[in-house]
Amino acid sequence: MAILCDRSTKLIVQGLGRMGQFHARLSRDYGTQVVGGVHPGKGGQAIDGLPVFETVAEAVAATGADASVIFVPPPGAADAILEAADAGIRLAVCITEGIPVLDMARARAELRGSRMRLVGPNCPGVVTPAQCRIGIMPAQITRPGPVGVVSRSGTLTYEAVDQLSRLGIGQSTCLGIGGDPVIGTTFVDALALFEADPETRAVVLIGEIGGSAEETAAAFVKAKMTKPVVAFIAGQNAPPGKRMGHAGAIIAGGKGRAADKIAALEAAGVPVARSPAEIGETLAKHAAATGTALNGGSR
Amino acid sequence: MTPRSSTSASSSARSGSNGRSAVNVHEYQAKELFRAYGVAVPHGRLATTPAEAEAAARELGAPVVVVKAQVHAGGRGKAGGVKLARSAAEAKQAASEILGMTLVSHQTGPEGKLVRKVYVEAGCDIARELYLALLLDRAEEKLAIIASTEGGMEIEEVAARTPEKILTLHLDPNGGLHAFHARRVAAALGLGGDAVERLERFLAGLHRLYVERDASLVEINPLVVTKQGELLALDGKLNFDDNALYRQPEIRELRDPEEEDPRERAAKEIDLAYVGLDGDIGCMVNGAGLAMATLDMIQVCGGRPANFLDAGGGADKEKVKEAFKLILRDEKVRGILVNIFGGIVRCDLIAEGVVAAAQELAVRVPLVVRLQGTNAAEGREILARSGLDITPADTLREAGERIVAAVRREAR
Repeated sequence: MAILCDRSTKLIVQGLGRMGQFHARLSRDYGTQVVGGVHPGKGGQAIDGLPVFETVAEAVAATGADASVIFVPPPGAADAILEAADAGIRLAVCITEGIPVLDMARARAELRGSRMRLVGPNCPGVVTPAQCRIGIMPAQITRPGPVGVVSRSGTLTYEAVDQLSRLGIGQSTCLGIGGDPVIGTTFVDALALFEADPETRAVVLIGEIGGSAEETAAAFVKAKMTKPVVAFIAGQNAPPGKRMGHAGAIIAGGKGRAADKIAALEAAGVPVARSPAEIGETLAKHAAATGTALNGGSR
Repeated sequence: MTPRSSTSASSSARSGSNGRSAVNVHEYQAKELFRAYGVAVPHGRLATTPAEAEAAARELGAPVVVVKAQVHAGGRGKAGGVKLARSAAEAKQAASEILGMTLVSHQTGPEGKLVRKVYVEAGCDIARELYLALLLDRAEEKLAIIASTEGGMEIEEVAARTPEKILTLHLDPNGGLHAFHARRVAAALGLGGDAVERLERFLAGLHRLYVERDASLVEINPLVVTKQGELLALDGKLNFDDNALYRQPEIRELRDPEEEDPRERAAKEIDLAYVGLDGDIGCMVNGAGLAMATLDMIQVCGGRPANFLDAGGGADKEKVKEAFKLILRDEKVRGILVNIFGGIVRCDLIAEGVVAAAQELAVRVPLVVRLQGTNAAEGREILARSGLDITPADTLREAGERIVAAVRREAR
């Protein structure tokens, strides 16, 4: 089961530049069904054994693809997202960093009512361990199990997953939702999916400074979640007014501070690790305290 | 309200140019843009010497002019960077006092900002001071008009004390600004008669400016109603989306490198995300989230980070060397922590870069390196074989503890 993708997912790659090709290969090596690519101007070719199409519609018609990973550079990325939706893709994961925020706000408005789920942009992708890898995560650090991981970050997701795996705790699905101000799948969306997934028994949420997504997630956990959730918030000592790498990671006008996010999560019954080295341990402790079994979840 | 938005002008997917602040422009530049979009502003001229300020005041011919320091920071008035002048001679005098001063306000930090330019502006008869802004509301994913009768105050303060005095209207990012939006704003601001139509033109200009120029914040505070019933943008703040700079060459030109932290500017030139902090442990990390978490780790261990540095997804040997140079430019640095979780990044390449940097730059401060993920074993091997005094660390916790301990030892 897991969420978003599994071994039945048929993936195409939009944007077969160096990065697109490299990660298409890694995903295929991991066992993902990578069925084709889309790269305007290269239609009809085969790259690395992958059939390449001019449009997503042609790729879907020829391969039955239901998911797409987007590596298209910023000027064309929003268009690529909308093209995927138009062609009937069910899940689009946009890796591209640096898309103008107005382009994303417009694309999101156009996607309202669409049946496609967008993850990202500016995200590392989605991995369902031992089944499917979409994006750029180092999937070898994951292991199958019952914990869902959702994060605004890339490498910090790997850190959290690594801590879990070292403690012998496997993951149902690991998902990076992206560090931009406007993104397709929010914490709340991901939490709702994990709550509905019978194989997920607990969730690790990795937030960071900026915006109010963690506060919204806290309210959702309190109102709707039955499964235990633990969290970490990066940037506890970040100076206000400075953008910390991610486009969305900025404390502005007194809003978006880590302390407020931690307080909101704790008030919702979510234990928050103060040290980034204790994300795995915090989950293990909370699972024990809530009587949640974390072993035997692998397939 | 989060009156800011995006960053990074990379030209390809995740090329690694990901950390920088939104483009800020000076007041005089903002006002030129307002004028170009039909948004009324007082007459004004830029001056870089007292003599130029005197000439500017004479040309403006107004009974009163205001001489304003041009720096990227608010709170200029209280800091002595804004002066009234009743004659060209007074304007010259005011400019000679402001030019060359180091302006310290709550937004500049204690080191302040050197004033290199002043803007000389015709004074006006103020009847009322209002507030008007256009920004992207992240939670709603829509543009938002923020209007308030409480002009001249910081909007965050108004929001905290009297939220009922703020009107927020959301605009569909694919749709336009409609006449009813202007009517609602006018009603909230207590504007009637001819002023409604003036406001409509004013708002239309702001909206067009925001959308056509990829702004991330347009803020007019105060928006002034003069005794003659005119609407004027008396002070304006404009920020732009860094991610859109590739299609906004004119906005890119408005950037003032003098206003940026020299280390952050150097980082930008080599496509690294860097934020200077005031501790003594330099950091090099891949990925923004892990970089922030590394700062947190150092603090948890009782140390203080000197910087945030995200080397990005494309970090290689050359980039590592450049990053080291940048970290070592900061004289406060007493130790360096390298924390790499290789996904796309290969740890063996990072290790080669660390060894090359440590040798070529003759790094004398303690160096702790944690390599994890892709090719980590090969990377650790390279560090061990180098014969250099590099302390390896396996986990994030170890990395934090070891660098803090090493810096403490050095300090003794």
